[in-house]
This record gives sequence, structure tokens and C-alpha cells, in this order.
Amino acid sequence: MKTAAKKIYIAFIILFLYAPIGTLMVLSFNASKTRAKWGGFTLKWYIDLFHNEEILRALLNTLLIAFFSALAATIIGTIASVAMNGMKRRTKSIMMGITNIPMLNAEIVTGISLMLLYISFGMKFGIGTILLSHITFNIPYVILSVMPRMKQFNPSTYEAALDLGASHTTAFFKIVLPDLFPGILSGFLMAFTMSLDDFIITHFTKGVGVDTLSTKIYTEVKKGIKPEMYALSTLIFVTVLILLILVNRSPDKKKS
Amino acid sequence: MTSKNKWLSAPYALWSIVFIIIPLGMILYYGLTDKNGAFTLENIIAITTAGHAKALRLSLLLSFVSTLICFLLAYPLAMILANTKVNTHQFIILIFILPMWMNFLLRTLAWQTLLEKNGVINSVLTFLNLPNLKIINTPAAIVLGMVYNFLPFMILPLYNALAKIDKNVIDAAHDLGAGSIYTFIHIILPLSVPGIISGITMVFVPALTTFVISALLGGSKLLLIGDVIEQEFTRTSNWHLGSGLSIVLMIFIIINMIASAIFDKDGEGSML
Repeated sequence: MKTAAKKIYIAFIILFLYAPIGTLMVLSFNASKTRAKWGGFTLKWYIDLFHNEEILRALLNTLLIAFFSALAATIIGTIASVAMNGMKRRTKSIMMGITNIPMLNAEIVTGISLMLLYISFGMKFGIGTILLSHITFNIPYVILSVMPRMKQFNPSTYEAALDLGASHTTAFFKIVLPDLFPGILSGFLMAFTMSLDDFIITHFTKGVGVDTLSTKIYTEVKKGIKPEMYALSTLIFVTVLILLILVNRSPDKKKS
Repeated sequence: MTSKNKWLSAPYALWSIVFIIIPLGMILYYGLTDKNGAFTLENIIAITTAGHAKALRLSLLLSFVSTLICFLLAYPLAMILANTKVNTHQFIILIFILPMWMNFLLRTLAWQTLLEKNGVINSVLTFLNLPNLKIINTPAAIVLGMVYNFLPFMILPLYNALAKIDKNVIDAAHDLGAGSIYTFIHIILPLSVPGIISGITMVFVPALTTFVISALLGGSKLLLIGDVIEQEFTRTSNWHLGSGLSIVLMIFIIINMIASAIFDKDGEGSML
């Protein structure tokens, strides 16, 4: 009885979180253009999607920004984690405090503060400014994923490699990096996801005529969202879901 | 290794200064000056004008209610999840991160479809002969949007904090004769404080400062403080006033940061 109640509760929360996603998926097959009515099943929006250059360009921008900002944040964040681990307690806690700022600060404040920065430097708003902003808010996710791994890391293995004649660089790439890898990977994926889903900071740091999916959707809200958008987000979601299932399955296969 | 390490931290230190510290300094500068660059407190005092004060009060109220609801929903869930098998840790995080792969604006918009007068939820309610929900374009819809969007940020820190509690401590309490409620109040709850503080911060700050959710679910009449600031920057282009109001917001954010620094020294309640 008690376990049944627990299962119902988990199911209720998951239903709550996934109900809008299900709704969007259903809407992507809706022949009627308005959200309010079901006009029969169609695949029209999926076909139209591939002819809609604006949406495809926004998608490309979104993916490029997500990939490169996550990559840059992963490199900077990983190096920072390695460096911070060897620091004195005081310096380290100051650095961690600063790292926490973009995570704890309001996105709107981060967005406008960066906007003011770019304006005062006379920078041209566009992909570049979005990228810099995304790297900034992505670094903390990488550091928070890598730091726990770094704490567990046994420095003796690194020293042993040095004693056995490895250079600092070789020892780092052969010993430290493989040990940190799970943390680095989850940091990268987290950063990629956060960048992909960001609207507020992009809204303040993008230039005129440059759109990511988020900002494109925001401008469409008033005119009415194009159903192609539902089709695209369904495709993205299903792709990620399938990838995750495949990734999670592969270790089992190795075991058997 | 140490001497090299100091040099290694340089890129990130530089990055933080340019993209975190200096921009915040710029908000302070704009917020405390007028158009001629002279020092003024006017932009901050502007929060007391009727419209702004009303927006701030509504924001505080709605974000407080949303945080409370998130906490009440998430705590039992986190407790249930923390007691499941250990190897499901990654999977649990995944379930709550996965929705983010569908755009946040679209997910919030989908609630319009669900909540509308003739929407999905009301159709189900009518079918079951239950009274209909009339919450679209009301503060209740904004709260729902906030709870929906920020719930994962409450669940994950709570789950992490609760999963870390040594089961032996709980067993010991039971062995010594403590009942479930006593154990919960005196053992589990105090040990999960880092997660609670972190969860509250992660929900309260975005809820207090959002401007999108209110625009999508609250109709156009309900203005939150985030909406006001956004308009100062994108429409009125009064950066000084916008920055001044942001400084007021930052006061609440800083209180939150200090609280999390005191209660969660080792980052035990972190999200990941």
C-alpha cells in the first residue's frame, strides 16, 4: 500500500513535468493552425519545417552556440578546477564564491550586466556576444561537475607518473584527465543543455536579426507560434531521448 | 605542482573579472548615476513609486508562494527517490534535466493550451463532471508556471542532500527508540538543511526575477518586477532606471547568497 502511494506520487510529479511536452508533441501533428482546436492528424509541419529557412538558421545558431560555448566552458572550467584544487583554502573559497555568482544571480541581472559591458566596449551584438555570455554562465556548471572528481583524485598517482619519468603534460593527459573524464563529460552535457534552453541572457545579448530558437519563439509568441516549431522541438526531444536510451543501454551489453 | 597551478588559474580568474565582476560594477555605476553621469539615488528610490512597488510586492508574493509549493512538492519526492537503489542516481537527474531539451518558452506556452477555458484540463474536468479551472491570465497561472519551470531546481539539491545521509544514523536513531516522526524532525530534516537552502535559493531567485512566465501565462496586465526592468532596457531604453531597479533586486539575491554561503559551506546541497 505504502509503496503504491509512493509510486503514484512519483507518477504525478512526472506527469506534471511531462504534460506540456506531450501537449507540444500532439500539437506538432495537429492539422489546425490554432493551438485550441484539434483539426486531424497531419505530417505537414514536419515537411514545412525543412523548407523554413528562418527556423533552420535559428536551429543552426542554437546548436553552434550550445556546442562551442559548452566546449570553451569545459576547457576553461576543467583547467580552473585543476588549478583551484591546489589552492589555499582562502583563495579557493573566494574563487568558488565568484564561480557561484552566475548560478545564484538572477538571469535578468546577468543578461543586462553583460549587455552594458558589451555596449561600453563598443562591441557589435551578434553571435559573438551570445557566445561569450553563454560561456560565462556555462563555466560554473563545468566546475561544479569536475570539482568533486578532483577532490577524489589521488595526487600520488600523478607523482608516481612523474617519478617514472613522465613529463607534467604526459602525466596530466594520461593520469589526471582520464580520472576526471566522467565529471568533464557531465559538465559539458549540462553546459550544452543550459545553453540550448537559455532565453533570458540571449535576449539581452543578441543583435538585431540574429536569432536562436528561444528568441525566435519569443518574437513569434505575439503573432502566434508557427506549428513547424512544435515539429522541430518534438524532433529534438525524441532524438535526445533515443540517444540517452542508447547510451544507457550500452554498458549492459558489455556486461553480458 | 603548486607553482604551476597558480598560473593555470589565470585564464578563469581573468574571465571572471571581465565577464562577472566588471559587468556587475557597470550595473552599480548606471544605477547610481543619472544621464549626465552625476551621482544620484533617484533610480533606486524609484522602487517606491506606486507602479514599481506594486510590481515588486507581486513578485515577492508569487515567488514566495511558488518556492513554498516547490518545497512541499519536492521534499516527499526527494525522500522517496533518495531511498531507491543507489545506481539510479544518474537516471533520476536525467529525468528532471530532460524536459529542458524542449524549449522552455514552448513548454510554458503549452500550459496555455492545457489551462485554457476550453483547454485539455477543463475538457477532462467537464468529462468527469468536476468544476472547471479558471486560472489562465491570473496570478495562479503565473505561480503554476513558476512551479513547473523551477521544480527540478528544488528536487535535485534536496535529493542530493537526502541521498548523502548515512542510513546507519537513521537506523541508530530507530534502535535507540526514536519513532519515524521524531527521527525525521531531529535527524533527517537538520541533515538536509544544505539541500533545503540551496533549493530555496535556486527557486526563489529565478521566480522573483522572471519576466517571461508572467508574459506568457499572466496575460499582459500583471507586471512583475522583472517585466518592469526588461521594459526599461528593451523599450524605454532608460538603462539608469533599469539598473537602479536591478540593484534593488540584487539586495534580495545577495541575502539569498549569504544564506546559502552560511548554511551550505561545502556545497553539499549542490544540484549535480
